[in-house]
Amino acid sequence: MRAVTSAANDVLLGRRAFLRVSATIAGGLIVSLHLDLPLHAQEAGEAVPAPKVYPPDAFVQIRPDGKILIKVNRLEFGQGVQTSLPMILADEMDADWSQVIAELAPAAEVYKDPLYGFQMVGSSSSISHSFQQYRELGARTRAMLVAAAAQQWNVSPAQCRTEASVVHGPGGQSARYAELAEAAAKQAVPATALLKDPSQFRLVGRRVRRLDSHSKCDGSLKFGLDLDFPGMKTAVVARPPVFGARVKSFDDKDARRIAGVRDVFEIPLARGTGVAVVADRFWAAKQGRDTLKVEWDLSAVERPDSAQLWTKYKTLARTPGKVAASRGDEKRIDTFTASNRIVAEFEFPYLAHTPMEPLNTTIRFDGDRAETWAGSQFQTADQAAIAEVLGLKPEQVTFHTEMAGGGFGRRATPDSHVAREAATIAKRVRGAPVKLIWTREDDVQGGYYRPMHVHRVEIGVGPDGMPLAWRHVIVGQSITAGTPFEALIVKDGVDSTAVEGTVDTQYDIPHFHVSAHHPTVNVPVLWWRSVGHAHSAFVMETLIDELAMRAKADPVAYRRKLVKPDAKKLRGALDLMDLKSAPWRTTLPAGHAAGIACHECFGTAVACAVDVSIENERPRIHRVTIAVDLGLAVNPLGVESQFQAGVAFGLSQLMAKGAITLKDGRVEQRNFDGYTPPYIVDAPVAVDVHIVPSGEAPSGSGEPPVPVISPAVVNALARLTGTRHRSLPLVAV
Amino acid sequence: METYKLSVNGQPKEVTVDPGTPLLWVLREDLKITGTKYGCGIGACGACTVHLGGIATRSCVVPVSLVGDRPIVTIEAIAEDRVGRAVQDAWVAHDVVQCGYCQSGQIMSAVALLKTVPRPTDTNIEESMGGNLCRCATYVRIREAIQAASQQLA
Repeated sequence: MRAVTSAANDVLLGRRAFLRVSATIAGGLIVSLHLDLPLHAQEAGEAVPAPKVYPPDAFVQIRPDGKILIKVNRLEFGQGVQTSLPMILADEMDADWSQVIAELAPAAEVYKDPLYGFQMVGSSSSISHSFQQYRELGARTRAMLVAAAAQQWNVSPAQCRTEASVVHGPGGQSARYAELAEAAAKQAVPATALLKDPSQFRLVGRRVRRLDSHSKCDGSLKFGLDLDFPGMKTAVVARPPVFGARVKSFDDKDARRIAGVRDVFEIPLARGTGVAVVADRFWAAKQGRDTLKVEWDLSAVERPDSAQLWTKYKTLARTPGKVAASRGDEKRIDTFTASNRIVAEFEFPYLAHTPMEPLNTTIRFDGDRAETWAGSQFQTADQAAIAEVLGLKPEQVTFHTEMAGGGFGRRATPDSHVAREAATIAKRVRGAPVKLIWTREDDVQGGYYRPMHVHRVEIGVGPDGMPLAWRHVIVGQSITAGTPFEALIVKDGVDSTAVEGTVDTQYDIPHFHVSAHHPTVNVPVLWWRSVGHAHSAFVMETLIDELAMRAKADPVAYRRKLVKPDAKKLRGALDLMDLKSAPWRTTLPAGHAAGIACHECFGTAVACAVDVSIENERPRIHRVTIAVDLGLAVNPLGVESQFQAGVAFGLSQLMAKGAITLKDGRVEQRNFDGYTPPYIVDAPVAVDVHIVPSGEAPSGSGEPPVPVISPAVVNALARLTGTRHRSLPLVAV
Repeated sequence: METYKLSVNGQPKEVTVDPGTPLLWVLREDLKITGTKYGCGIGACGACTVHLGGIATRSCVVPVSLVGDRPIVTIEAIAEDRVGRAVQDAWVAHDVVQCGYCQSGQIMSAVALLKTVPRPTDTNIEESMGGNLCRCATYVRIREAIQAASQQLA
């Protein structure tokens, strides 16, 4: 994995990036952005020879029928980039939006994230990292179409204007983009991209409906799990009951008797070994697996146990960890006596992502090349991992990015373990495509959870009721230790994904100290939507609320007083939320209470007010008002939708059965009956989303909805019941 | 292995499968009708909802041997029905979907609801949709789309 600094990136984008253009057989125009060609070629303005084979790494294709295909360099798994990235390009291109179709790009150099140098979705960075890239692609494409028209009409390009896929000339001439595509492909690629003034945007900033709605409402969209190829086999794997355990022996006589079962064999897993069952159909493969008799060797593996881990973590939390942030006087907290000191301990269990579409990967390996179909958040890594297992080079593995049914981080695995398993099986099956499916039980019990955490916080309260000193210890496994991300993310022994949301708090606390312990536990862990922020914001926002109550202050006014003066985004979000929620917050019926929370993460500031009552011993969330500052909102409809649903996703950590627990090394939950995410009755009845108007660079909306909701709800509950819930999940209210 | 005659989306179909095979996998793998999704396999998430004899049913827990002569309707044919078309249109108009994986099941449950309760209350919606999990949690817009379809059909 390669780290690209932002300075290096400026060079890449500003000077080296340029377009490769070629006419297709059908007379279409293909434009693609290449980052990997020699600098001198660009600077010398050398023509790039048209490739003989039309590159699969194209971004725009104008088809003879007027349809404009735009390639999306990200996985679409609900977040809406399959609509918003094409909007950005189509806007600069002045394409007729009704004719735009979008396609997910395969794994290729050209589709790598411009900043990370790695093809991926994560850190809510898709729009912020590709906004300029897609604008420039659109602007260059438009300029080439205009140049072609101007040449035909013998006028200056400056005399032409464009609208809805048509170039208009000064003398009333007009030509459709589809008619111009072939001539445009022969135009020189402009060295500089002339971008629109934002006031001229026709799509960006408008509420635009998703391009993938129809096909997701009529059953026609094929997710990775839906793919079918002639001769395709399906594989499921018997997995160790304790992470890392190995197969001692297995009896597959009954399994092999099941009609359709073709092969049964032991395979290495990322941790331990398993037994793969390959069959003509899923049902046969699953039955085969269920009838296997596997003896496991558990002798060499640690058997984690949640009860023991809590004890261990809480003991650790009483000792200072590796320093993550230190401002002011570290010892100041010790000067506070019990009457003006708060000591709070928080528990967060392991959480599974459980995306609706179970994990799967399909691979066809024919000896010297392979083809893969997967809904991956990490195409570059997964492609390389498959190549490694199959003894190929990455470029010998064609990697199709398939629409994925959710992910929330689960499809972004640094160890590419699903891809590796699929490749291991495909290597044996050879010749026929084979689809590896993780059943829901495999998913719930299979690890790669959000790590379990304990936070212990001591706060010294000043005479004005504001926090003067804050000592915060976080205990939890490092997500990135031992992965290629470690070098980037772990600093001085602290994994920044564990402490984000605390060390970067926007609250002005004079004596502020955060440290972290990262115990090693035999449970694979992974980033879970909003990563550290969902537990950190819960701690910060419930404590700030407690301080406000203790000071008998209005929770919004208290936060305003404590937020740093330069935290403009968060202040703006708080103000807008206050304005929009005040009418209902001041007229709540008996038995209801309002809860407040705010948080800034991934460059996006969010403030939230919830209207909560208690029904059947559960929080009933009648209404949520959200205000958000995410810079320029490319698609306000998409932002609204992400926030409405994202806050409900954030309630996962409050669910009564919202915990993964281990006993004697075994995960105690199996499926949605034991590990239960929010259903409609658990979710807010209504969510109104208000966007702070901004012309600043866009930031993300995928993860920022998640952290604010659970502290807001728990803050409302504290007002209703007097109880502060600090241990999640919320088993009883 | 047994042979079963099924009526799927108005078409007669014949499959030869193990009698215990859930209807879900017969639809998906034998008949190649993949709009109906696998989410949990235990009837807990609703992604596999079809109409069996007109009733919203979790196809992942119905063995094909128990289907009998009850007609099966899946998401692929739901627009042929007036209520189905209205629900599907409302889903698109309200931009309900995110990842979209659960939405076939959500739509099938919503259509069944509106056929029995044309003007549903919030409680009706929560009861009928209560077993359909959306991990993206698009529930606010699901509520809106159901109410919009109800109004459109009135």
